[in-house]
Amino acid sequence: MDLRYTEEELAFRDEVRAFFKTALPADIRRKCELGQRISKDEMKRWVRILFDKGWATPAWAKDWGGTGWDAVKQYIYKEEMHMSPVPEPISFNVNMIGPVLIAFGTEEQKKHFLPKIASLDYWFCQGFSEPGSGSDLASLRTSAVRDGDHYVVNGQKLWTSTAHHADWCFMLVRTDPAAKKQQGISYLLMDMKTPGITIRPIVTLDGHHETNEMFLDNVRVPVANLVGVENKGWDYAKFLLGHERSGIARVGVSKYRVRRAKQLAQTVMIGDQPLAEEPRFRERVAAIEVELKALEMTQMRVISESMKSQSDKPDPKTSILKIKGSELQQAAAELLMEVAAYDALECDYDFLRGLRATAEADRDWALTTAPNAYFARHVSIVGGSNEIQHNIVAKAILGL
Amino acid sequence: MNFDLSDEQRMLKDSVDRLIADQYDFESRKRHAAQPDGWSRDIWGQFAEMGLLALPFSEEDGGFGGGPVETMIVMEAFGRGLVLEPYLSTVILCGNLLRLGGSPEQRAELIPQIAGGELLMAFAHGEAQARFDLADVAATARQEGDAWVLNGAKRYVVHGDCSDRLIVSARVSGGRRDRDGIALFLVDARAPGVSRRGYVMQNGMRAADVNLANVRVPAEALLGAAGKALPTIERVVDIATAAICTEAVGSMERATDITVEYLKVRKQFGVTIGSFQALQHRAVDMLVAVEQARSMAMFATMMADEEDSAERAKSISAAKVQIGKSAKFVGTQGVQLHGGIGVTEECQVGHYYRHLTVLEMLFGDTDHHLAALARAGGLVGAA
Repeated sequence: MDLRYTEEELAFRDEVRAFFKTALPADIRRKCELGQRISKDEMKRWVRILFDKGWATPAWAKDWGGTGWDAVKQYIYKEEMHMSPVPEPISFNVNMIGPVLIAFGTEEQKKHFLPKIASLDYWFCQGFSEPGSGSDLASLRTSAVRDGDHYVVNGQKLWTSTAHHADWCFMLVRTDPAAKKQQGISYLLMDMKTPGITIRPIVTLDGHHETNEMFLDNVRVPVANLVGVENKGWDYAKFLLGHERSGIARVGVSKYRVRRAKQLAQTVMIGDQPLAEEPRFRERVAAIEVELKALEMTQMRVISESMKSQSDKPDPKTSILKIKGSELQQAAAELLMEVAAYDALECDYDFLRGLRATAEADRDWALTTAPNAYFARHVSIVGGSNEIQHNIVAKAILGL
Repeated sequence: MNFDLSDEQRMLKDSVDRLIADQYDFESRKRHAAQPDGWSRDIWGQFAEMGLLALPFSEEDGGFGGGPVETMIVMEAFGRGLVLEPYLSTVILCGNLLRLGGSPEQRAELIPQIAGGELLMAFAHGEAQARFDLADVAATARQEGDAWVLNGAKRYVVHGDCSDRLIVSARVSGGRRDRDGIALFLVDARAPGVSRRGYVMQNGMRAADVNLANVRVPAEALLGAAGKALPTIERVVDIATAAICTEAVGSMERATDITVEYLKVRKQFGVTIGSFQALQHRAVDMLVAVEQARSMAMFATMMADEEDSAERAKSISAAKVQIGKSAKFVGTQGVQLHGGIGVTEECQVGHYYRHLTVLEMLFGDTDHHLAALARAGGLVGAA
């Protein structure tokens, strides 16, 4: 047992760190540090840099653009990405549709889509949730009816984040209304330029527009864009659950926030001493750091087991990573807001959205702290809420 | 980075786990506790035969050459069984003080006796006023010719009641809380001037208050350099803290297992209570607490032999904070999910709760270590 990184792993970490430090354009870096949102064009610029380096999709199969790094290196890469910080490429592309196509797509689909997914020439969004189908996703009702070489899709999707940027959507639709609910679902790829798609923005608590409702009115999707076998779509969606092992806890995101809070607390005065010197503040930070270190070690244990096991079954311990990881991302985001105190209270949405590089307020960094703390509430809801994760662990690990 | 045990470590784990499973079930433990010492000399003999009492000592000293990982394996199993024997005091505390501070003559005399199971030792360091401050030593040692004369009162000496020899800390110079000026002495527990008041702790283990009134020991009784003992004490207490962190994980794991088993058999409203979501989620929270604690116990194990004392102390404090929080949650919620039976003496889960309470306190409680970690600047660098 040796829990330290090897020399090789440390050298790899330094290489990644150095690359991120120099490769990200300065204007985008500034936004990341200030907690501002980055635009579609900025994301595309950055992913192109990663793609040219060959690092846009490290976890993919090597034949399809993966780097061949083991799980420890993938973890190091992600942590450095979060801590640098540089923007994390679109999860829908990298972690979801890419791996699904590699596992279940036809050769034609793989050849056509995978390079464009990796380079972000195709920006994908996800059409899973519906107004009546949140945690109970398998109850979804959007229908796809075969008409010659096409499916005709009708229904409504919800929480289609970045649909307003997206070129494509991977979606779950009901192709057999008579089958039991998990069994009549298919997995389709839909070109967002197809007639019949209406996108309506949803502004979230943070004051930003990232997610949407999507209405589908007789949208014709070629049968060639079916992934895998008709009515087996649920299996492909489930395939991803529990497989995203190296990054689900997002330790680096929380660690970056804690580090930033500690730095900023040195600039905020309480009377005649910096907040960073206040024992109560220091203990609050230390308590988060302890949980974060524990989570990091738990993450490493899951990675280590996944490297040994040949099993393709998802590890239910990833639910633990999700639960603690989301709680800590939220705690760290709140910590930053509390460092900002009064300065967190001013709304400057143009600054948050990155439409303006500078703010009128003195402490520009403070303006994003409350929105980012609000936005962090979604991490314990998205991708199977923490309560659903509890159900999963109760059943799969405890046998209750 | 790897979490694998070596073949030898796996063999050690198998044999210790088997011993605990076979001879330390709840009913057997009651019999061990009813022995005159409050633990079983027979079990102690088996520890000696298995080499557990030789674990931390170097092979030149006649030991097993084990490190923190071997200690983790043993202590986790002990935590599952709620083992009562004086392993922490004799092998981990005094054994490591001897290993790191003892002269070749002292090691040659004492280590074989410890390894053979013939010598029991206890570390008489804590004092009533010191709370968790390791530097707070009021007991004194005065040089008289070739001898030292010790005076003072030591509290909470774990297994101090049955020990043959004590390692006593006393001040040779400086003020009560100075880092400098502390020395360690080997003292025969039956020497003139030594008096002991033994008692049972909340977890069933034995301890003693030890009074030293003009106790004369020869010059050879000094362990390490006079006045320079604190770094060794801190290092050994860090090793011991890592050890009880892993012990606590064993206890938490078993308490959670027992609780989940109970949820599957206890029926109310015509169904097993484990079918209720409120209880399922609480049980999951227990599991999460155990896994987070296990991760930090591994971290503590890794850092227990770190030479950089500041890094080591921070890491050990961080581990103790997580273990303390998890232990409190798992202990109390294990009782809660059992309902009424959980608060009875006959139910196992309460004994785990009581043991975890002791471990949370031992070598500094959660608040103490959180404050220490905060003062030291935490784990995430601000640079």
